[in-house]
Amino acid sequence: MSYLVEIWMAASLVALAAGAAGAFVVIRRAGFAAHALPMAAFPGAAAAALFGFPLWVGLGGFALGGAGLLALMQRRARRDSATALLLSVLLAVGALCLSLSGHYAGSVYGLLFGQVFALGGQDLPVLCVIGLCVPAMLWLGLRPLSLSALSPELMRVQGGRPDVMEFLFLALLALAAGFAVPVTGALLVFSLMLGPGAAAALLCARPGGAMALAMLFAVALAWAALALAYVSNWPVGFFTGVGAAGLYLLARLKPV
Amino acid sequence: MSGLALEVSELSVAQGGREVLRHIGFGLPRGAFCGLIGSNGAGKTTLLRAILGLLPAQGRIQVNGLVGYVPQKIQLEPDLPVRAQDFVALGLDGHKFGFALPGAKRAAAVEAALRAVEAEGFARQRVGRLSGGQQQRVLIAHALVRAPDLLLLDEPLANLDIKAAAEIVALLKRLCRERGVTVLLSAHDMNPLLPVMDRILYVAGGKAICGTVREVVRTEVLSALYGHHIDVIGVHGRILVVAGGEGHDHRHDLVHVTAIP
Repeated sequence: MSYLVEIWMAASLVALAAGAAGAFVVIRRAGFAAHALPMAAFPGAAAAALFGFPLWVGLGGFALGGAGLLALMQRRARRDSATALLLSVLLAVGALCLSLSGHYAGSVYGLLFGQVFALGGQDLPVLCVIGLCVPAMLWLGLRPLSLSALSPELMRVQGGRPDVMEFLFLALLALAAGFAVPVTGALLVFSLMLGPGAAAALLCARPGGAMALAMLFAVALAWAALALAYVSNWPVGFFTGVGAAGLYLLARLKPV
Repeated sequence: MSGLALEVSELSVAQGGREVLRHIGFGLPRGAFCGLIGSNGAGKTTLLRAILGLLPAQGRIQVNGLVGYVPQKIQLEPDLPVRAQDFVALGLDGHKFGFALPGAKRAAAVEAALRAVEAEGFARQRVGRLSGGQQQRVLIAHALVRAPDLLLLDEPLANLDIKAAAEIVALLKRLCRERGVTVLLSAHDMNPLLPVMDRILYVAGGKAICGTVREVVRTEVLSALYGHHIDVIGVHGRILVVAGGEGHDHRHDLVHVTAIP
């Protein structure tokens, strides 16, 4: 398989997961968490470099750990305060691990802004699992994730567990975001989720439809960003961020 | 089967180290429309949450049938990708995992609930873009979709104008009459409820008393409930419930404005 096809497949799989998670970020008003959780990839990748274990293990482990920590902290504190505190801790741990690993300057750029062209065929199996499992889990949880977002109290009255749904959502969000970091970087993964998710919510009034449309938009955005980066030699992250904003603004043009 | 939809006895609920409700008891007959009245902080929401099993409580609560619940106002953003009919459908199985297969029975239940609250006209609109009164109808339809025997509503009139509040009250009374649903509705303003209330459950100082309006909204009854003198004054067919008089610092604080129907 050619190198460019592998990159294209990797970006598509990451976009599928990010788009699906992005739809729920909008429904659950979790934009700040979507910004903070990708930062778990920062210490995850740094710890992988420092201790010599595979990159994906570091990304996945820290992403799930960050989601669990955030779910716990949200029970004790305001949601935004807990998220801000987690963000600070993750950045601090990441900075320490990178400093100790001895690859500080070069690694920071790649983790924050992405290095999609550094991916290869060996990354595809794990990205395939994430790119298919995260949307599938979100689709199966469409109803309880929606109801618990609209009213945790109604969810409890009907016999559901909003706290479990919150953890499940954060875990899937963290996995989608963490595994997108090598493509877009920790800072710009946010745009691959939020732009398509917000645009889809404006164009489709049904939760399932909005999720499907957000996945479609995210894949289209990833493809466009890759193509433009290839011909211009500018960073993929730049095109992803600007494209996400453009997508949202275009969707806004639709009459209410 | 018991003639009561709800039986509560010796119910006590503590929150944050404070006993909010103390040894209260009452029963609601099937098909009754009952107003749960009390000032802010009296324990109305606590009582509803205890009945729903959302709060630990001592005592006995017996609900004879299925309960539907309408919470206080939910924050629904205009761009939320959820239509009114989607929200109502979540009342059927919104807590369950898995793919909801579209079926005639499911669609009929949602349609019937929307029809019952006269919301068919905006069923396909985004729930966050509806007016306060329309959103309240959708919330009621969400509670009705499983055909409950007892409907609990927490301050459903709080954010509505007078006309919308009157429409919601008339709608609930019709549901009571046509479907035999027992309604327990909390409010701090009793006026919109007076023409329709069969019973009143008055909560104050951690205690509660239940009966008809004429039985409960009386000087001696409310004075005993509050633990100090309360005046119930008739003015132009309306009743002012006023705290004050002897032993109360000569201040006259308005507790409630109400009226005998």
